[in-house]
Amino acid sequence: MQKATIQLETLSCPSCLQKIDNAVKGLNGVEKDSVKVMFNSSKVKANFDSEAVTIENIEKAIEDLGYPIIKSKVKAV
Amino acid sequence: MQRYILGKKNQITLISAILIVFGFYGKFGIDNMFIFNWSLIIASILGIAPIAIQAYQALKVKVVSIDVLVTIAVVGAMLIQNYEESAIVTFLFLFGAYLEQRTLNKTRSAIKELTELAPESALKQMENGEFDEVDVDDVDEGDVLLVKTGAKVPVDGTVLIGEGHINEASITGESLPVGKKNGSEVFAGTILENGTIQIQADRVGEDTTFGQIIELVEEAQDSKSAAERFIDKFSKYYTPAVLVLGIIVWLFTNNVELAITVLVLGCPGALVIGVPVSNVSGIGNGARNGVLLKGSEVINDFSKVDTIVFDKTGTLTIGNPEVVEKEFYGKDMDEVLGYLASVERESDHPLAKAVLEDIGETKFSTVEETEVVKGGGIVAKVAGHRIAVGNIALMKQENIVLNEKAKKDVEHFEKNGNSLVLTAVDGELKALMGVRDQIRPGVKQDLQKLKKLGVKNLVVLSGDNQGTVDLVARELGLTEAHGHMLPEGKSAYIEKLQAEGQIIAFVGDGVNDSPSLALADIGIAMGSGTDVAIETSDVVLMNSDFSRLPHALGLTKSTARNMKQNIIIAVGVVLILLAALLFSNWMNMTIGMLVHELSILVVILNGMRLLGYRLRGN
Repeated sequence: MQKATIQLETLSCPSCLQKIDNAVKGLNGVEKDSVKVMFNSSKVKANFDSEAVTIENIEKAIEDLGYPIIKSKVKAV
Repeated sequence: MQRYILGKKNQITLISAILIVFGFYGKFGIDNMFIFNWSLIIASILGIAPIAIQAYQALKVKVVSIDVLVTIAVVGAMLIQNYEESAIVTFLFLFGAYLEQRTLNKTRSAIKELTELAPESALKQMENGEFDEVDVDDVDEGDVLLVKTGAKVPVDGTVLIGEGHINEASITGESLPVGKKNGSEVFAGTILENGTIQIQADRVGEDTTFGQIIELVEEAQDSKSAAERFIDKFSKYYTPAVLVLGIIVWLFTNNVELAITVLVLGCPGALVIGVPVSNVSGIGNGARNGVLLKGSEVINDFSKVDTIVFDKTGTLTIGNPEVVEKEFYGKDMDEVLGYLASVERESDHPLAKAVLEDIGETKFSTVEETEVVKGGGIVAKVAGHRIAVGNIALMKQENIVLNEKAKKDVEHFEKNGNSLVLTAVDGELKALMGVRDQIRPGVKQDLQKLKKLGVKNLVVLSGDNQGTVDLVARELGLTEAHGHMLPEGKSAYIEKLQAEGQIIAFVGDGVNDSPSLALADIGIAMGSGTDVAIETSDVVLMNSDFSRLPHALGLTKSTARNMKQNIIIAVGVVLILLAALLFSNWMNMTIGMLVHELSILVVILNGMRLLGYRLRGN
């Protein structure tokens, strides 16, 4: 299991949290309960199984919604 | 293409503003309806493009967002050829979002300042022995790093070579530089003011003390209270419900205008954003003023506190006790003091340190069979003699008889507020020492401020004798004082108060008080930032600065009030808008959108006030 911390550009719309949350949770291989979209720090944290899904898949799901990514970090847990 | 349009949102907002002005000039200036209509149609189409894209993306992940409501409303307005409304509503929505982003950045600025102190690069020793600049993420434990004058220490580590002075203000709040040499510990985020050192990395990234503080504050600003989680759940179903309501209105009245107005009026903007902005501003203010607040639940609890319980040593007092009075009984005192010092050298108790310091140079002997008596003292064997060092309770346990003079001295010492250290050699009392700890300067005024802020009871609990504790309590004007308390006793006392329905905050230095810190509704640690106390407590006063406590309480009270204000503003606006729609005829989509966007700005600006919060009278 890997843990991703993804820094996004400043989030300002209230409903974007729900969108990102649903988009990341909808990916296969992402542990649903671990997904945390942080409004004020504009970060997404999620645990994922690197065999089922890659960090690039997660990044793409978020960027497709129109939220540019500044940087992301992956750590083994 | 989609991303291109979203990236050009600000330009689109500007162009649609110009088009709207131009259109109205066409209508009222030169009476040309053609210019009016087409300017507004183009403005509407331009403006709705980014909103519609966001709506589409939201629907793709099964979310009915505000964008969806606005898109439907604008398309509806265009279908009934109300271009004026469609253009102005899209413009207001986009412009509002722009202002929200700008102002939100302000509310987050205080915490951003903190995270930007994090080191980004390091000079790492490579295989060839040279130092190369690398990203701080590429540093592993055990790496050897070079830190030059003026640079930030990149990780927590130990000095291998070199000497220097380090400013540790980012960790401890103390700006006086600290000298470091071979073997000293250094911390990430601190600044080397002079000298050059090589260090070995012990902890990197999020594991460093600074990393933990940042992590804590970041988590805190996004932590949610029960009320907030409720609002989140509520808004999840609220937006779809508004959509359904709009459809129902349309089906029953066949009035498109009314139906789309319902969609716009129902947008939940200010409600979702109101509490987080108060939270982030309040926590940001705290971070700037040396108070770490761990989230909105803590803010709510602390703002309602009834009783604050203090540990004495190290909290109300400086925690550096000194021997101020002493009496000796019998002869051969040099020998006795030598035994005493030898035993005390085994202990790291603050009283032992004070005694050692007072004795100074002496002849140390080997200590055997050391036994620590909890809440009593130490019993050990030195040079064949049985030595007991500790309080009255220990003397009783050791069956040591106090003569009349000693009894009087004990009474006298206790009355003066001393902690007692008695020394017995082979069952005979030889020395009595009175140790006192100075009260922190300014504590009295700080406690008075707490009372003014509405704290009902101020209680001190201490392991010291009752005389000492009473004296401190009298001097400081505390409401209650209890001595002879072991750590378990302290937590039991807190439990008792909680059972009476009081909300309790406990202030301690965190090391031996962790059960009480964890048990109290709000655990407040006097941390130098390097303690484990950061983890077990809810509030951390940086650099063990007691004077930050009144600020912390006043700030949480203001923040809690601010959150309530924002909820009232948000709910009130929606209710007034809906009432106006039902009972008046002046309400329309444009006014609805304008009021909505204004209410969002009002809650953000209201939250921002907290950044400048200062306790009155300071």
